[in-house]
Amino acid sequence: MIRTDDSSLNFLQNLNIDRPGLPGASLPWLNALRQNSKDLFIDIGLPTQKMEGWKYTSLKPLEDAGFRTTNEDDGLVSIEQVPPLLPELDEVPRLVFVNGRLQSSFPTQNGLPDGVYLDHLSNILNEMPGWAEKHIGKVADANGLPLVQLNTAMMDTGYVLRVGSGLVVEKPIEIIFIGGVTDNSIAYFPRNLIVLEDGAKATVVEHHTCIGSVGSYLSNMVTEITLGASSNLSHYKVQAESKDAIHLGSVQALVASDAKYDSFTLSIGGRLSRNEILVQLNGSGAYAGVSGGYLMRGNEHCDNTTTIEHLVPDTSSREVFKGVLDDQSRAVFQGRIVVHKDAQRTDGHQLCKTLLLSSGAEMDAKPELEIFADDVKCSHGATTGQIDESALFYLRSRGIPEAHARNLLVQSFLAEALEEIPQEDMKKAISNKILHWLPASCYLSEEWRET
Amino acid sequence: MLEIKNLHVSVEGREILKGLDLSIKAGEVHAIMGPNGSGKSTLSNVIAGREGYVVTGGRIVYKGEDLTGVEPEERAAKGLFLAFQYPVEIPGVANTTFLKEALNSIRRYQGEAELDALEFVKLMRLKTKHLGIADDMMKRAVNVGFSGGEKKRNEVLQMAVLNPSLSILDETDSGLDIDALKIVAEGVNKLRSKDRSMLIITHYQRLLNYIVPDKVHVLANGTIKRTGSKELALELEEKGYAEFDGTAA
Repeated sequence: MIRTDDSSLNFLQNLNIDRPGLPGASLPWLNALRQNSKDLFIDIGLPTQKMEGWKYTSLKPLEDAGFRTTNEDDGLVSIEQVPPLLPELDEVPRLVFVNGRLQSSFPTQNGLPDGVYLDHLSNILNEMPGWAEKHIGKVADANGLPLVQLNTAMMDTGYVLRVGSGLVVEKPIEIIFIGGVTDNSIAYFPRNLIVLEDGAKATVVEHHTCIGSVGSYLSNMVTEITLGASSNLSHYKVQAESKDAIHLGSVQALVASDAKYDSFTLSIGGRLSRNEILVQLNGSGAYAGVSGGYLMRGNEHCDNTTTIEHLVPDTSSREVFKGVLDDQSRAVFQGRIVVHKDAQRTDGHQLCKTLLLSSGAEMDAKPELEIFADDVKCSHGATTGQIDESALFYLRSRGIPEAHARNLLVQSFLAEALEEIPQEDMKKAISNKILHWLPASCYLSEEWRET
Repeated sequence: MLEIKNLHVSVEGREILKGLDLSIKAGEVHAIMGPNGSGKSTLSNVIAGREGYVVTGGRIVYKGEDLTGVEPEERAAKGLFLAFQYPVEIPGVANTTFLKEALNSIRRYQGEAELDALEFVKLMRLKTKHLGIADDMMKRAVNVGFSGGEKKRNEVLQMAVLNPSLSILDETDSGLDIDALKIVAEGVNKLRSKDRSMLIITHYQRLLNYIVPDKVHVLANGTIKRTGSKELALELEEKGYAEFDGTAA
């Protein structure tokens, strides 16, 4: 029986859910997985605000836009047009997707050691179908999230990174998703896999962006991450998208003993963005650092929803999210820490702070601790406030003009989240992005870029 | 340097200063003493141009210019400096960044070339050495984790770098032990010059043992009740403020 309401059906009709030529179309197990997810999605439909996890975020903008899936006519870019995030690192391994399609003309494999695979999802499905079968859907689909089901049914692109046991990838791997280089409202569905085998180490930097701040597009993305024992992944996501863009991303990570997952998500634009991160710590000594920043203006809406599951004893997690909201913008933070019954000596901390620059801006924060073990150390905190007038006066009394003083205080406010970034060059790249978000009329400090 | 005439100031609709007169010439150091609630901090804040301190009568003339309606940053650029009673902590902004921004903002206003990173470092080395301040304090975030003494020394350092014509020291002695007080006072004394005036606002006399003023004023109930030489401070120490604030018999 189909229970999906009309708006979800309208949304689906345009998407050509059964179109041919999707990655791995010849693989029976994948087709079965897609079919199953399609049925589930049609059954539950798009999330509505009646659902607990979607109380503060409406998908109405998605229903209204009339997205269709991409085709060959939906634009390409030249390498000069690609907005840089790591400008000083010309020689990093890099994949560039435009409207979900990989631009194969750009070099990708710079400096990757043997035993490391970085490629488009469909190439991996062709070349290592047995390996892919062991990983696709294994971390994410069990959770039954509607947008994950949608992605599984629709997955039409994505990157795969596999790092063999004990291998260290020194250079950051940059993945660029450019949307909107077309006049149509388009949708794409990246399915990404990151698998670090035991003792492996890598840094992945995702840049979700557009050209010239324009374009109406939907990215419904799922990233499945499997971290073997004592492996270490730093995962950065910078989202600087067009004012009409919708980004619905879900990251699901499984972290084994003594492995470390560090993630930082910076959202600085887009009509609607949802960054959902679910980490399962299932080996003793496993660690998750899930942090981020959000800077919104106009009528932008950003939702960071995280769940950290401490499944076994002696695991730890840390979350620091800080955001700045101007105009009529809105942000949501939903942070759950779940400590399972046997997960003794869990150490879990969470913090979310928001600075409102306008009386029209709104923040909804919902921290949740669910603790079923008795020997744990957990904390959470959420605050929302305004610019500290005494700090503002202090700066102005030293000769710093008001607009610039406000910028400095915004930078100061965000610094606590940036401290969570373990790598100095990434901290600098992300600081630069934040500086560019600040009102351009103001003089900005050189030193701050360097610290 | 500073002429205050019949100044009336209200905070949240309540009149705090009720016709205050004060005149400070170039190179002079004046002290204003008074009991709690007499209007000492209101005076320093209103001179610096803080929002919420409303001048309802009289005027503040600095270097011949009426300061009414002049923004705080512009006052600073014209050479006014307020050393805060409670210096504000600004996490994530290095002290050196803050000071460079401040100095270059003032230099831009005054039509002078901004200092580049190297020139600024040189200047800082000179000033920190002169005041005996560790370099490490410059790298830390503004006032974050500073001890009471470090915060006040940081104020003195800012004063030394921004080179104001008129400095107001608001309760600089509060929260300092005697050793820290001596160090801070020594720093202030090094900055005394014939072109720089200072206004020291304090509750207690002890600071004036180390920074010896040219004149002492007693502020009570929103007006200057008495003006005298440095000996007046000693007299106040002995007798208290009772005869000025209406609590005397």
